[in-house]
Amino acid sequence: MSKDGGVSCLRRSEMIGIGIGELESPPLDSDQVHVLAVDDSLVDRIVIERLLRITSCKVTAVDSGWRALEFLGLDDKKAAVEFDRLKVDLIITDYCMPGMTGYELLKKIKESTSFKEVPVVIMSSENVITRIDRCLEEGAEDFLLKPVKLADVKRLKNYLTKDVKVAADGNKRKLTTPPPPPPPPLSSTSSMESSDSTVESLLSMVVDDDSLTLSPESIASPVDSPLRRREMKSPGLD
Amino acid sequence: MDALIAQLQRQFRDYTISLYQQGFLDDQFTELKKLQDDGSPDFVAEVLTLFFEDCVKLISNMARALDKTTGTVDFSQVGASVHQLKGSSSSVGAKRVKALCVSFKEYCEAKNYEGCVRCLQQVDIEYKALKTKLQDMFNLEKQIIQAGGRVPQVDIN
Repeated sequence: MSKDGGVSCLRRSEMIGIGIGELESPPLDSDQVHVLAVDDSLVDRIVIERLLRITSCKVTAVDSGWRALEFLGLDDKKAAVEFDRLKVDLIITDYCMPGMTGYELLKKIKESTSFKEVPVVIMSSENVITRIDRCLEEGAEDFLLKPVKLADVKRLKNYLTKDVKVAADGNKRKLTTPPPPPPPPLSSTSSMESSDSTVESLLSMVVDDDSLTLSPESIASPVDSPLRRREMKSPGLD
Repeated sequence: MDALIAQLQRQFRDYTISLYQQGFLDDQFTELKKLQDDGSPDFVAEVLTLFFEDCVKLISNMARALDKTTGTVDFSQVGASVHQLKGSSSSVGAKRVKALCVSFKEYCEAKNYEGCVRCLQQVDIEYKALKTKLQDMFNLEKQIIQAGGRVPQVDIN
């Protein structure tokens, strides 16, 4: 195993060639957002890693749910002591993966004591409502339609930072939960502290209708964005 | 030298626009370009190189899975490779390849052997055509830089 646990599955030459970064990373800056990205496709891993790095995130990219669990110390093997200090601020995973799907990974993370508060975002190339609902109900923070764009990642970053920015129109960009109809205007912001990232707390945040739409470029097909469709159903979340 | 740079830049601009207009590239390719900067000046070329390697591997998997001489065709196996190719082509903006994968997937689900074989041939032709086009585009970029110019941002709209 290399120094970082051998979990980054990009070949070193690729990483250096693409300027993605060193394999042996310096110690995590506690202010820097650390994202664990999970995708079985090498091309997608490289793109997501670059997207995240450009938005100043520290990234660990792995190619399977098993490797992700291994990295988090949630696999069956005895976790190494280093994992005590493991700081993961966001997990972003592909849905369709051989072996363990993103949904199964999501469940395992939400069942763990150490990482259940970490927001998990699911990516998928398919806009399947039942799939999206299932993930959101299991506690996923958000669902991104592939191909993922810079605007999508920037948006994710926004709700991770402690001081959530309020958009010029006074609405906070909160993403996942369906707003109670009709959504009243936002009065105050509450910061997205990681301890509050459960679905229940998100329900108390109110957003304007418009801010739930994905940016136009991120909609891969003429269908509505998955989140917009979400509005039409009654909240199936506790 | 300036006249040369201007000419090359014009050529590059026209060529790039034509690739979008002819449907070789889509929006997502534009997104990839946004991720390129002075610190990672070859990002797009590197990702596309990996994509083309992916094409070779996946098409070879599909061909093997469609090979009747080894027994009955496992369409789900073909479909799995098509799904992967659809994903990566989508991620890099390879519009025609992606569109072909959509049809290909339908043929797999319908277990339509002839349809699958046709798609396999077309996908092979298509990724190679894209590869040639992009190589020409990257060469133009290189020429501009070598002449001392900057590669212009091309506004597709």
